[in-house]
Amino acid sequence: MKYIVTILMSAFSFLTFAQETLEGTILTKEGTQDLPLPGASIYWLGTQNGTTSNEEGQFSLALQKSTDQLIISYLGFETDTIQIQNQKRITHFLISSYAESLDEVTINQRRKAIQKSYLEAQNIVNVNSAELLKAACCNLSESFETNPSIDVNFSDALTGTKQIKMLGLTSPYLLITEENIPMVRGASQAYGLTFTPGTWIESIQITKGSGSVANGFESIAGQINTEIKKPFSDVPLFINLFTSANGRQEVNLQGNQKWNDKWSTGLFLHANQRNQAMDRNGDAFLDVPLAKQVNFLNRWQYTDPNKGWVSFASFRWMNDSKQIGALGYNPRLDRNSNSIWGSEIQTNRIDASLKLGYVFPEIPFQSFGFQSAYSRHDQEAYYGPRVYEIDHESFYTNLLFNSIIGNTKNKFKAGLNITYDRYLETVDRFYFNRTDRSFGGFFEYSFDNLDNFSLVGGIRADIHNNLGTFITPRVHLRYLPNPKTILRASLGNGRKAANIFAENQTLFGTNRVISIIENGGSIYGLNPEKAWNYGISIRQLFNLGSGSGDITADYYITNFINQVVVDWEQKHQISFYNLEGPSRANSFQLSLDFALNNALNFRFAYKNYDVKTTYTSGFLQRPLQAQHRFFANAGWETERKSNGAQWRWDLTYHAIGAQRLVTTSRDPVGSFSPSYGLWNSQLTRALKTNFELYTGIENLGNYKQLNPIVGADDPFGADFDTAQVYAPIFGRMIYLGLRWNL
Amino acid sequence: MKKLIIVLMIALPLGAIAQEKTNKNTKASFEVSGNCEMCKKRIEKAAFSVKGVKLASWDIPTNIISVIHDPNKATVESIHDAIARVGHDTSLVKAETEVYDKLPMCCLYDRDKIQ
Repeated sequence: MKYIVTILMSAFSFLTFAQETLEGTILTKEGTQDLPLPGASIYWLGTQNGTTSNEEGQFSLALQKSTDQLIISYLGFETDTIQIQNQKRITHFLISSYAESLDEVTINQRRKAIQKSYLEAQNIVNVNSAELLKAACCNLSESFETNPSIDVNFSDALTGTKQIKMLGLTSPYLLITEENIPMVRGASQAYGLTFTPGTWIESIQITKGSGSVANGFESIAGQINTEIKKPFSDVPLFINLFTSANGRQEVNLQGNQKWNDKWSTGLFLHANQRNQAMDRNGDAFLDVPLAKQVNFLNRWQYTDPNKGWVSFASFRWMNDSKQIGALGYNPRLDRNSNSIWGSEIQTNRIDASLKLGYVFPEIPFQSFGFQSAYSRHDQEAYYGPRVYEIDHESFYTNLLFNSIIGNTKNKFKAGLNITYDRYLETVDRFYFNRTDRSFGGFFEYSFDNLDNFSLVGGIRADIHNNLGTFITPRVHLRYLPNPKTILRASLGNGRKAANIFAENQTLFGTNRVISIIENGGSIYGLNPEKAWNYGISIRQLFNLGSGSGDITADYYITNFINQVVVDWEQKHQISFYNLEGPSRANSFQLSLDFALNNALNFRFAYKNYDVKTTYTSGFLQRPLQAQHRFFANAGWETERKSNGAQWRWDLTYHAIGAQRLVTTSRDPVGSFSPSYGLWNSQLTRALKTNFELYTGIENLGNYKQLNPIVGADDPFGADFDTAQVYAPIFGRMIYLGLRWNL
Repeated sequence: MKKLIIVLMIALPLGAIAQEKTNKNTKASFEVSGNCEMCKKRIEKAAFSVKGVKLASWDIPTNIISVIHDPNKATVESIHDAIARVGHDTSLVKAETEVYDKLPMCCLYDRDKIQ
């Protein structure tokens, strides 16, 4: 901490004192939230001295001698004229101009909860906090249920963890970042998404395809970035309580304090527990774990729009423990038992990061950014007689410079990254230690003709002690043949070191024999993974009656040049070996979004996956991967009353096609899972703008996989396998919660 | 951590150097008549067509364009001229009527507003 303070002090001593300026923030109320209004015009009456608000809704403007009347205007909102006397700082709310004609009722101009990109060359879907509220619960892994771009699967029959997939590939092939710092990687692959509480999240950006080169070479199928709520713009105090019928309770307390117009701090606390033992399917194993988690985040934000500085310093600590396995297992008595099977997973994680951003005040198109992050993830676990421990220490630094070539139609980004990862692993009775070090530089050029064409081309070069020296190119194009049709194409490659145990931790819930077929590579004796990704997408906007919508079709191909194949095909065995032959993941998605009016909207998607890999036993569809999926969502909300009262309801349906199953004592050769459907629904009642109650049902139809654990009657026998899960284990689940902003 | 400080020490003076060269990045703003999103594209494109214009952003509600330009390469007058040539009156230069008449319906702004 001392260092951080020193750095900040030295950085800010460069700044001179401000002139007589007025600073402020332009906001609008949307429901319970205060949303910043970027691009609002602020100018002095009768002059041409004005400015526009930035992305945070903030502005600064020199004080005027001739007038004290300030005009604030924004298209679709009422123009306000306010008198500035001695204030140095104002916060002003604009009201939607549609409210003018109505007395009691205020209609808020609604922003779409899921915004598909229109201007960017990349295929980015932005998910804002309104959409995140639709998720039943409670953390990042559960935030994608209403989003068709991401598929949520069940990872195993023990931990209740949900696994995400994009373009038919599991999360290790995605680059998952938090505020652009790589987050869920290495040791945290298995449970990392459950370590970010949902209420902390401000928004999520999902990029399909290879994405930008700025954050590293690791993304293959896509990128998911999470933005955490910012102390400067978040509410002063937020309380969330949640309880569910499967015995889970959650508490979130979030406080933000603005010390002055530059410094603010946020303190976020999260705790959850599940202490009821449940076994509804009668296999004598817990359906969901007994679990406890404490999660703490403190961050400091420094913002000086006048001088162009923004800085964040964050510190986070998390402790999570899970007990899984047989009903009635007592860790103290039964730890080394040969008759009762149990497991405990303990995770301790700390994260610290520092970010500095500087925008040159005279030339706003030029900026530089610096970010540095440290994390340590320490997991200790045993699964019956098996042991898996991992201690992962990681250091990441990124330096970024943004500017233009000639004019703002031609922009570029250039930067450097340094990463360091140290892994210490214990797998049963074996030890694996590895250190990854890499140093890389990147350059990304973007062109925008301000009309119908844009392009982003990036290239990076990296030197990595285990992956070698290599180049990563990526290109994205966007073209609008007419203002309602958007065509996109992308191409790029990515590579990664496969952390075979951390990424496939479910294997420890089996008695399969692990075999690594080494070929002299640098990572567990295997060569790193490398793949190319190509994609095209077409999006057509349309209006129908009073409603508007869009139809999007996209097709992505991922071709592996090298891969670490995870082979579950042999009975009682799991093997890891490098690919010999083709491996691909082709995915097609057709989706329709339609908003009939402000109250009612619909979303439909069909997805087709063709994910095939060359195993020693042949070129086969990846197991537990549905070839067809269908998704439908309907959302309805009433107009907000002047006191903020509102009803919101939504209904989601997922249909999951047949999935290939590997041969076990439960599933004979050539088995497929049945196809099935899942219904979820949620109802929210806002009593005031700042107080909401919500309730919902997950898995309304109570669909369950009847015998999720293979060989449950003999957990020490060779057949025992908890990883062959294709459907929910827990049936219908009802939950209840409240949200309160103070 | 020491590395951080070194990096900052290198990066910060860069900022200071760039600020001294502000004469190459002169700001200007003036009024340009127009109505809509289509006008915005046309006006900004016209401004960018002048070599030396680095940033051009026209604001719909206030009708004010903000420009950053290198005065050695692009004079403010030349930016006014370029915008007027595509049919938009500026606070200095009036567009030719024939060009104005060819603008799409939504862009036919009220011509009596300026002057």
